[in-house]
Amino acid sequence: MTNEPNFPSGDPFAITPDCEKVMAEVDSFLDQELTDAVRVSIAAHLESCSPCFEVFDFEAELRLVISIKTHTVEFPDTLRIRIEEKLTYLRIEGSGATGSGGGGEPRREA
Amino acid sequence: MADQQAFAEQAMEFMPQLYSTALRMTHNASDAEDLVQETYLKAYKGFAGFEQGTNLRAWMFRILTNTYINSYRSKKRRPEETELDDVEDFYLYRRMGGLEAVRASRSAEDQLMDLFSDAEVQSAIDALPESYRLAILLSDVEGLSYREIAEDLDIPIGTVMSRLHRGRKALQKQLYDYARERGLTDAIPEASLEAP
Repeated sequence: MTNEPNFPSGDPFAITPDCEKVMAEVDSFLDQELTDAVRVSIAAHLESCSPCFEVFDFEAELRLVISIKTHTVEFPDTLRIRIEEKLTYLRIEGSGATGSGGGGEPRREA
Repeated sequence: MADQQAFAEQAMEFMPQLYSTALRMTHNASDAEDLVQETYLKAYKGFAGFEQGTNLRAWMFRILTNTYINSYRSKKRRPEETELDDVEDFYLYRRMGGLEAVRASRSAEDQLMDLFSDAEVQSAIDALPESYRLAILLSDVEGLSYREIAEDLDIPIGTVMSRLHRGRKALQKQLYDYARERGLTDAIPEASLEAP
């Protein structure tokens, strides 16, 4: 078990009480879940505090890299064709059924 | 039906994204294909219930997630539903601070792009316990909001936030372990992490 300093109190990157507050919002800031007022005040802090900025930048880039690299899997074109065929079939079947009106037995397509 | 014609025109572009997420959900190409196909069939049939002008992409991911939870998750009982105990204090940024490469002038994005392979990132996601993995996929990979994820997974927003927080830590720890296995970070003594 490693003993890293507790965040944020013992964090060498969190120098001022302002830094501590800002660091506590990394997730919600990057996830765009903050009110405009809080966003603006954090953005202002990041402009003037490079240690905090670097942490935010690192976390933001890491998320971007994770997203990009998750999407590099090869997409099977056969799947697209299969789905388009199924949807076309459903559409034809659907228009056939609605076209028959309200005449008792549902029409059976060959 | 005009609605469903519109669906075919609007929804097809999301297929590759849905597939890559489905693959990380199911861990299996054949299940992922079935899951995406089922998602499209359900979406097509339910398209009348989609509110035009709202986010179609988020709606498709909701169907994908619900279908996965209802049809696929129950198939295999996963022994991995453990808590992530020892990740709370892990900070990849600090660990990477010890890497010469990270001190170079290149952007963090370029460094991270090169540092981890696609396969490593994918397998680090696969290694997460499922409840954390789903939250990470919907947020970090697909960009859904806390509220959307809370609705998709049927959990409170506070739970979404804590799963994301801990899941990200665990993901970073796994990535760090890969880097260390390749000998990239083995020379970082604990003490240097404390340095200013």
